[in-house]
Amino acid sequence: MTMRNASARRFTTALLLVALAAAAAVPATAQSLTGAGATFPYPIYSKWFDAYHQKTGVQINYQSIGSGAGIQQVKAGTVDFGGSDAALTNERLKELPRPVVHFPTVAGAVVLAYNLPGFAGPLRLTPETVTGIYLGRITAWNDRRIAAANPGAALPAAPILPVHRSDGSGTTNIFTSYLSAVSSEWKELVGANTSVSWPAGIGGKGNEGVAGLVRQTPGTIGYVELAYAKQNKLPVALLRNKTGTFVEPSLASTTAAVEGSAALLAKDVRTPIVNAARPDAWPIAGLTFLLLYKDQKDAAKGRALAEFIRWAMHDGQGMAEALDYARLPEAVIKVNEAALGTLTSGGKPLLGR
Amino acid sequence: MSASAALARPPAAPLRRPSAGPPRGSAAAAVRRGPVADDLYRTLLGACALLVFVVVVLIVQQSVVGALPSIRAFGWHFLVSSQWDPVAERFGALPYLYGTLVSSALAMLLAVPLGLATAVFLAEVAPRRVGSMVAFVVELLASIPSIVYGIWGLFVLAPFLRTLVEPWLIRHLGFLPLFEGFPFGIGMLNAGLVLAVMVLPTIVSISREVLLATPGALRQAALALGSTRAEAIAVAVDAARPGILGAAILGLGRALGETMAVTMVIGNTNRISASLLAPGATMASVIANEFTEATGALHLSALFEVALVLFALTLVVNAAARLLVHWATGGRRDVAGAA
Repeated sequence: MTMRNASARRFTTALLLVALAAAAAVPATAQSLTGAGATFPYPIYSKWFDAYHQKTGVQINYQSIGSGAGIQQVKAGTVDFGGSDAALTNERLKELPRPVVHFPTVAGAVVLAYNLPGFAGPLRLTPETVTGIYLGRITAWNDRRIAAANPGAALPAAPILPVHRSDGSGTTNIFTSYLSAVSSEWKELVGANTSVSWPAGIGGKGNEGVAGLVRQTPGTIGYVELAYAKQNKLPVALLRNKTGTFVEPSLASTTAAVEGSAALLAKDVRTPIVNAARPDAWPIAGLTFLLLYKDQKDAAKGRALAEFIRWAMHDGQGMAEALDYARLPEAVIKVNEAALGTLTSGGKPLLGR
Repeated sequence: MSASAALARPPAAPLRRPSAGPPRGSAAAAVRRGPVADDLYRTLLGACALLVFVVVVLIVQQSVVGALPSIRAFGWHFLVSSQWDPVAERFGALPYLYGTLVSSALAMLLAVPLGLATAVFLAEVAPRRVGSMVAFVVELLASIPSIVYGIWGLFVLAPFLRTLVEPWLIRHLGFLPLFEGFPFGIGMLNAGLVLAVMVLPTIVSISREVLLATPGALRQAALALGSTRAEAIAVAVDAARPGILGAAILGLGRALGETMAVTMVIGNTNRISASLLAPGATMASVIANEFTEATGALHLSALFEVALVLFALTLVVNAAARLLVHWATGGRRDVAGAA
């Protein structure tokens, strides 16, 4: 009996290997580029690649295998570019064989969806209450710290169940970066990463897993991507930002967050944009990046990639909002254009100015 | 990881061994074509068998290589530490080891008695036609993708557990540490139930086939000696014991490695809790959750080590189960379906 089980296992392994080999055998000509990485921007990327293909004939293939796996592929040199929801740290950059340039493409926001039957809303949260809930310190909805931000609202005496993503994700990275930015205690105890050691709550897999738990379970609060909350019409909380204003999450307030961080991004495009200091900025926002080697081995491919990024910064940005991504503000597009000018092949600039 | 779900799927007719057919026919052909074809055929078969072996060796080798940094960093501590902190890069797999063992044990506890009872009914009590029809339906359960079980667990079973079963358990049995806590709906209990449903078809269909394969003379002899019908069935079940244990082992194999469905319903927290109502995590679920976005080198390596531990656990469980079968049958291999 067990033999049969083992042979089934072997057969599955063999099938997997065949599938992997097929996936790796993507034709590579100058007109065909391959990328891999983050899943979060996949809908807008595939829209862009499709539109760009129709316009120029350049075929771009993107496998949404996750940021971590995308970075591995960039490291191994099996793809022409990578996609990542988290900018690479200095240590991670050192692990790569050659210098890499980050190009932010669109911005995303993470919002807090909640389930409070009988509560008319909107719920107002502060950085302290969000941190307290996710640290497991604030355990009831009628806690005076929450009540203080919601004057006059009838908050139930129900327990709070925080829900987090169980799978490693850029969404978690943005959310924990925010909590680390607003709470030194969080930074010390938990920190920021694509997956962390959660002090409280339960985990759902993917946006749909978190949203599923929140939707079904009274008393829950969970963080999901803005696009996901919008498309599924989940009630979302307002959050007090760095300037003390309660802001509603939206594409406009996300773009405002990027704009509020533009000066920092001009210095280093990898700077987290959470907790931006602008009255209209949604504080839990993040950028998603394309990663390219600064010196491209193949000049023709490098040029095609650079031209695509230039197109994405202009015509491409117009398609973002229809798919619920926040577009980049003009200031950050300028940062990207400057970065495009630094790309080389064999030491020679790729794009004429 | 859905591959691991597929691997334990029970074969449709587990007792028919087709292997005897083709070689005999080809041997006849070889006589006509001469010894060259015969040698070629043997080499080809040998190469196929070797390839399978090489794949297994490569999987182990790759897992070990991937896990080395983590093994060096944490040593045996990896197996007894319950800290899993990707930010501080400190990893211990104990909560996942615990979750895998508890969720599988719970599934077996529920599925083995139920599966055996179903198999006895289908093979011994129900009319033949009804039995094979119901068995067909049970086997259909095995071909449902595991993500469907996960969605069912999350959207159907979880609300049911949260609103009815768990509050009842807490009210009446809450004094036991096993049923302490808050009715989340998802958690170890949900995972155990979903796994039980998933392994049930394996246990039912194989046990039924094994029971059908036991000689009818056994029952007739028992009846002739004055047994009741129930006693005669007990004799048949006893004769089929090795095969039934084999069925349970196959089911356990599936439960240990099941990934997608468990990930969706277990709650995914790396805390060890005595309560079945609390959320937990398994080794397969943490790999599925964190592998794609593991950006730290040590994090990735720790996940490789979890895979290695899962591999070793499966090996140990299989070996232990074989010993169990051997012990339970006194080394008897005469009964159909013996492992």
